[in-house]
This record gives sequence, C-alpha cells and structure tokens, in this order.
Amino acid sequence: MDAFLQYTVQGLAAGGFYALAALGLAVIFGALGVVNFAHGSFYMLGAVASAVLLDVLGIQFWAALVIVPILMFIFGIIIELLLVQWLLKLDILYNFLLTFGLSLVLVDLVKRQYGVSGLPYELPAGLGGLLQIGSVEVPSYQLFVFLFALAVCLVVWFVLSKTRVGMIVRAATEEPERARALGINVSAWVTPVFGFGVALAGLAGVLAAPFRAITATMGTNFIIILFAIVVIGGLGSVLGAVVAGFLVGLVEAYGQGYAGTFSQVLIFVLMAVVIAVRPAGLFGRKEAV
Amino acid sequence: MIEIHGLSANYGEARVLNDVSLEVHQGEVVTLVGRNGAGKTTMLRSIMGLHRDLSGSISFDGKPIEKWSPNARARAGIGWVPDDRGIYASLTVAENLTLPPVVHKDAWSMEQIHATFPRMRERRSSMGTQLSGGEQQMLAIARVLRMGSRLLLLDEPSEGLAPVIVQRIGEIIREIKAQGVAVLLVEQNVKFASTVADRHYLLSQGRVVEQLSNDDFKAREVELLEHLGM
Repeated sequence: MDAFLQYTVQGLAAGGFYALAALGLAVIFGALGVVNFAHGSFYMLGAVASAVLLDVLGIQFWAALVIVPILMFIFGIIIELLLVQWLLKLDILYNFLLTFGLSLVLVDLVKRQYGVSGLPYELPAGLGGLLQIGSVEVPSYQLFVFLFALAVCLVVWFVLSKTRVGMIVRAATEEPERARALGINVSAWVTPVFGFGVALAGLAGVLAAPFRAITATMGTNFIIILFAIVVIGGLGSVLGAVVAGFLVGLVEAYGQGYAGTFSQVLIFVLMAVVIAVRPAGLFGRKEAV
Repeated sequence: MIEIHGLSANYGEARVLNDVSLEVHQGEVVTLVGRNGAGKTTMLRSIMGLHRDLSGSISFDGKPIEKWSPNARARAGIGWVPDDRGIYASLTVAENLTLPPVVHKDAWSMEQIHATFPRMRERRSSMGTQLSGGEQQMLAIARVLRMGSRLLLLDEPSEGLAPVIVQRIGEIIREIKAQGVAVLLVEQNVKFASTVADRHYLLSQGRVVEQLSNDDFKAREVELLEHLGM
C-alpha cells in the first residue's frame, strides 16, 4: 500500500509535465492544424534553458519557472513567423517534414554546445525533502509538480472556456473560415497561440529539469509518449490532453513499480485499447478521427 | 449598397460564375433564384471574400472590396448566414451571438435580439448545435443583426424548415428591410421568395439570365417553377 501511494505521487508528477506539454500540443493542433513534431525539443529546450540560466547567470528554479516560459513564448513566436506560418496553406506532409527537421536541428545544436552527458540541476530550495502523508513519505518536489501543473491546466481551461479570448480561440479552432466571415482576424490569433503552446512545452521542461536527466535527446522519447497521450485523449481536445497526460503518467509509474521494463509498453497497450473502444479518443469528437 | 460587375469565378477548371452583374440597394430584398449548381452559393461566398479564384469588381458602399479579407468585409458591414447556418458546436448560444464584433451603430442590442428571438434567451447556456434546425437558423440571423451588418447574405434560410418557421423568417426579413438593411437572399423556394423580395435575379449555369420585378415574378411563378425543376 505504501509503495502504491509512492508510485501514485510519482505518476501524478510525471503526469503533470505530460499534461502541460500535451496541452500545448493540443492547443497548437487545434488552432493551426499543425502536428508539431518539434514539441519534444521545445520541452528539452525548456529544461536545458533552466540548467543554463542556473549555471551561467545563477538564476534559480523559482525564477526560471517564470523566465523560461516567457523566453519560449518569444522563441515560439519567432518560429511561427519564420517557418510555421508558411505551412498553413500547404499539404500536411510539409508540416511533418518541417517540424521533424526542426527538432533534429535543435537537438544537434544543443548536443554541439553542451555535449551528450546530462547537465546538472539541483532541486529547488524548500522542495528537496520528503513529505509525510499518513504512513508514507513522498518527495515534496513531486507533489509540488503535480499541484503546480494541475493549477496551470485549470487556469488554461478557465481562459479557454470562460473568457472572450478563449471563445475566439475555440471558434477559430472549430471552423476558421467561418470565424473570418464573422469579422475575426484569425491570422492575428494564430501566432500567439503557437507561442503559448511552445511556452507550455518549455514550462514542462523546467518542471522536469530537477528530476529527469537534462540531455539533448530527452525530448525524443518524450514526443512519442506525447503523441500517445494526444491520441488517448482525443486529437485536438484540450480536456482530453490533460486527463490523458495524468493517466499516462500514472500508468508509467505503476508500470515501473510493478512491471519493470514493461512500463513503456503499457502506455501503448492503453492507447491500443482506447483506439479499439473509442477511435476518436476519450474526449475526441467524431470529426477528429 | 453593393454593386457587382462582370464577376466570374472558377473552381479549378470549371467556371461556376460567368460575367455576373447585380446590385442591391439599401432597404431592398433581392433574391438569387436558380437550380442547384447554378452558382448561387459561390456568389455569396465571393461577396464574403471566401472564394478567391475570381475576376470582376465588387464595390460596397462605393468602395472596391474585391481585394479585402473576409474579416475586413465583415467589419465593413457584410453579414453571412451560410446554408449550414454556421453555428459553432463548441460555443454556447450566447457565445455564438456575441462572437462577432459589433461593427455598426445601428447594431441590434441584446434586448432587441431577445425580444425578437425569445428562444435565444431561454437557450442561452445550451451549446449552439443543441438547438433545433429552425432555432439555429434564427441564431445565425440574430448573430449578424447583433453585429450590425448592413447587408445580409442569406443562403437558403427556408431550407428544411417547417412552414410556420419559414413564415416567421419571412416576417423577420421584412422587419430587417424596414430598418434599411439590404438583403441578398439565395432561395429555391419560389413561393417564399415572392413573399419577401422586391426583385429577383434568375441564375442559370453561372449567368444571370433574367432580372424580374416581384410582380413579374409572381405572374410567371408556374413557368419559373418548371424552369427550376421543382
């Protein structure tokens, strides 16, 4: 039972950054129709940026939690204006090629600069210890990651479902042409939405920095799991991305605890089951298939 | 209000509109009547800026708009009610209504909307596509009125609706007209068209083959029905 609770907290923490990154992927796919293969490298850049900020400028975790997403937002805007906006009128094949190529470039640039061995990162002050819950001790950092990610997801959900900005994004996502005909400048919304999605991936990277190995290739496996999450949750569904993110985090943690090396396979077994039962994913609409 | 000269539109190799000229004045209801595939919907999409493969001139309030984006045209006062009604499934009824910006000082207030379309108040928290077909049609019309559009492009508003609802839509069109709004109505329902319109353009294979006053239109109803294959 004690071990189960520990795996649960560990799974919810991993689920936290899965959920954040998948949320970014879902928002980008929804608003732009772009399947972003570079999302894993944006996550990696978030983690690397935190390590570099600490090493070079002495900027600590708490500040990085704010600074890195802002930097990644700006980076996302640049990428959108420079590269991604040209994809929107082209065949979807080009979007695979461009974002996949972009991720290869980013990974190699980081490798060239920082090598292949992991960059060091310390747990932030105050979150290094263990927290007593009932009879078990869980790492307080993992609990923090879970609660923080959950809070960010709730804020994003609130903005999307209750504000005018969210209303416009939902309309532009569902049927962009119609939104244009109703006087909404959809193109003006696309760039910041992409930047926002990239910032979420970067934020996931910051959260992952203290307890995952920070390497150039850390996003490579991550993106595969992210796609599994998006498929499980339903392509383009924001709620689905968050729920499936936490679900996959838990499956992975229980897998590591009880099934050893089988853990990664379990994620894809879950994906296969979901596709068999609900082809559109847990929260996907039928058109999304 | 809107003047179109020599408009031709293509879908790939196929020419769907051929040298079409028409105009709609303030406070006037004009219909485009024709068979399926005559180019009626393409005409409305071209005015809205959604169909780009075209030549000819379109001027609205005296300004040439053929290079304008759809959102600029909407902001200038053109309101589109598409044939599928264009209601957002992921937005509530109230959100569907308030999504477009208000673009004119004569735009309907929420009170006016609710007085004319009481169901919009009752169902305001429902998701848009949970409404019945007739209610969705009302919502689509209410949406462009709240926006303050000065020219409404209505694409077959009577299609698939019960007679009592079609009658209600007719009343609303007459009310809009009385306020000086122009309406370009695509319609296959000849009876309905003759109850609301001032003039009619008969469209066949992408060309305007005849222009009729409503009196002529009524007098030749049987012949027109035959022409339309209905």
